[in-house]
Amino acid sequence: MTESDTAFVRFSEVQKSYDGETLVVKNLNLDISRGEFVTMLGPSGSGKTTCLMMLAGFETATHGEIYLDGQGINKVAPHRRNIGMVFQNYALFPHMTVSENLAFPLEVRKQPKNEIRERVDRALDMVRLGGFGNRRPAQLSGGQQQRVALARALVFEPKLVLLDEPLGALDKNLREEMQYELKSIHDSLGLTMVFVTHDQQEALTMSDRIAVFDDGVIQQIDSPSTLYEEPRNAFVAYFIGENNRFVGTIKELSDNECSVEVDGGYIIKAKPVNVGNVGDKTTLSLRPERVSINPEAGSMPNMLDAKVLQLIYLGDHIRTRVAVGQNEDFVVKIPNSQEHSQLSKGQTVKVGWSSDDCRALDA
Amino acid sequence: MTTEAATQQVMTTADGTPLKVSLAKAQRRLKIRALLLVAPLLLFILITFFVPVFDMLFRSVENQIVPEVLENTAPLLLKWDDRDGELPPEEVFAAAKEDFVKGAKAKTILRVGSRMNYEQSGFSSLFRKTARRAKNFESPYKEAFIKADRKWGDLDTWRILKRESGAFTISYYLAAMDLSYGPSGDITMKPKGEAIYLTLFWRTLKLSFLITILCLALAYPISYLMSTLPLKTSNLLMILVLLPFWTSLLVRTTAWIALLQQEGVINDLLVYFGLITDDNRLAMIHNATGTVVAMTHILLPFMVLPLFSVMKTIPPTYMRAAKNLGATPTVAFIRVYFPNTVSGIGAGGILVFIISIGYYITPALVGGVDGTLISNFIAYHMSTSLNWGLAAALGVLLLGIVLVLYYFYDKIVGVDNMKFG
Ligand SMILES: Nc1ncnc2c1ncn2[C@@H]1O[C@H](COP(=O)(O)OP(=O)(O)O)[C@@H](O)[C@H]1O
Ligand SMILES: [Mg+2]
Repeated sequence: MTESDTAFVRFSEVQKSYDGETLVVKNLNLDISRGEFVTMLGPSGSGKTTCLMMLAGFETATHGEIYLDGQGINKVAPHRRNIGMVFQNYALFPHMTVSENLAFPLEVRKQPKNEIRERVDRALDMVRLGGFGNRRPAQLSGGQQQRVALARALVFEPKLVLLDEPLGALDKNLREEMQYELKSIHDSLGLTMVFVTHDQQEALTMSDRIAVFDDGVIQQIDSPSTLYEEPRNAFVAYFIGENNRFVGTIKELSDNECSVEVDGGYIIKAKPVNVGNVGDKTTLSLRPERVSINPEAGSMPNMLDAKVLQLIYLGDHIRTRVAVGQNEDFVVKIPNSQEHSQLSKGQTVKVGWSSDDCRALDA
Repeated sequence: MTTEAATQQVMTTADGTPLKVSLAKAQRRLKIRALLLVAPLLLFILITFFVPVFDMLFRSVENQIVPEVLENTAPLLLKWDDRDGELPPEEVFAAAKEDFVKGAKAKTILRVGSRMNYEQSGFSSLFRKTARRAKNFESPYKEAFIKADRKWGDLDTWRILKRESGAFTISYYLAAMDLSYGPSGDITMKPKGEAIYLTLFWRTLKLSFLITILCLALAYPISYLMSTLPLKTSNLLMILVLLPFWTSLLVRTTAWIALLQQEGVINDLLVYFGLITDDNRLAMIHNATGTVVAMTHILLPFMVLPLFSVMKTIPPTYMRAAKNLGATPTVAFIRVYFPNTVSGIGAGGILVFIISIGYYITPALVGGVDGTLISNFIAYHMSTSLNWGLAAALGVLLLGIVLVLYYFYDKIVGVDNMKFG
């Protein structure tokens, strides 16, 4: 329990069921420290929103306790929690102007009039909407509405801000711009933010730590680079970034290398990360950018014949789909450097990779 | 380059017709199609709604019968100056004789009699009596008329006749507003005992307002509940709300009689539980209470439907956002939820109010004396007293009141804000 002093937000053995039959959140344990930007990433329906709603107080945990700043908040009403929140569709009040929307949290806190005006103006300036105070939300573009929602969640200076897929409705350029703005606001105000998204790219660019959700369970929680480079299970490897998969059986196993027989009878050498014993099934995960084309003979422990099926020119790299044995979805990213290999469709090449880059995970 | 410059002057289609012309042609076809599609309904509304409304407007001022039947007398009377206190000259009596004889033969004179009877009772019998004898009148006609009935010697008789000799009259409107002509022709309030319509208008407005408020109070929570429940449950509730629509109005109203009457279910229960004594049974029907209860029940769906459809569109996140921002549930409701339902309240309110202001059958069945509304009197004048002019004038006044209220509603709430679904 001493740890709850350091954790600003703590989920402790939290479970949630809506219907009494299935658990939407299964035994969630999560500590978030002060000032951290934590992202909950996962496919739709994995329980991210539910976690956020429990934190904000709109759903009650079926089991377990949630702590905020060391205090259990299970019995605290939502309006007493002082947590800022940006809703997925912004939930701006349509009958109020932008300024009135922003003044709302201050008015219900009975702040003096002139201070309200001052803080509303400051918040609007912060999101670069200085002249828009008298507009109605309906008169704003999606990106502007988004910024108003953010300003409203920040104007009463909460210590914790929750964001539920706040950028989901924006187009790509705007989304990237907002990601940057959000991150800089986080850095400059020193807030703790819990951000929910199903977009792994967004999660990777913004977060201090990412909690990958699937089926109501946190599969892995780590920094973006660790998550990408050292996924601990097949789901995380599959969900974050692109990934070549082989399913096979473990033939030999030592501390830092194992041999796996995959469909088609090939033996692949890999790094055992999350495996059972010899004879068990395993999933191999290999990032496309870690594969070499036609490496020098003997330079790599894994070296297989491949037939080029498709070449897609993407500017900075060439995405090449090849057939390796029965696997016709094997992708190789060839960087567009001066000396990169010139391939053509139908050509037969050798692909190779080191055993450290190929992670043997759970089946 | 040259072709480009040419096309900039007049835009043409590929075959050379100017763009504007062919666009107009294409749109004209669409317009005609649209017109044809709405034509049956347009015709129907024109015939069954606008024509009667204008007919009513016309009837409320129309007085054709008098100048038509008294074709000789009326122009002379209009020229006659009644201010010197003398009876009309002999030529008027002569003309009247002629009109009476002709009118008696055509059987139209009695209709003038009943028309004039609206102005003052006694005219009907005066005309009937005179019509019977007119063909035997000899000159001098003045004396002949007075001999037939002394009333013809009364200056007021002729004054009233003169006043109503024109093709149009305002006397129906005066009657509808409890006004009448005084002895010297000036307009005065009717004495207390005879004045009924202003009280009725006022009561109609008051009860309609009360019914609207009651409907709102009952419909708001149920609509809110339905808008938050899952579709299956809310559909079931909606069926219950709409149930009154599927049973006959008469059956429902009679059911209220069975429930509310002195020997009815509610009184029986109250007596049974000792809340009232047997000889103090409550009068809940055949009075204003009966009208309000039965009409609130009948009009409730008209409030629920617009409210429900508006509430359905309010995302639950609004309330959550408000609470998250620090508002207590009450404040969140007042400042965030309620303002977003105003358009539904407006639509439902105006619907219920306007329907109840013209409601007829329920007050007629359960209204008794102090629960009848203005439309009951309109119906009475249409079907029993056959004073269509007065019925029309009452109807026009009612229409006017609705329009005035609608105007203020538009000023205050805004009609564009209204959402019916
Ligand atoms: N109010 C609710 N009532 C019943 N089931 C719900 C409710 N909200 C969410 N769920 C269910 O809980 C699961 C997780 O939902 P959610 O937390 O919204 O996932 P995410 O935000 O990750 O997409 C889903 O299967 C969803 O159907
Ligand atoms: Mg969600």
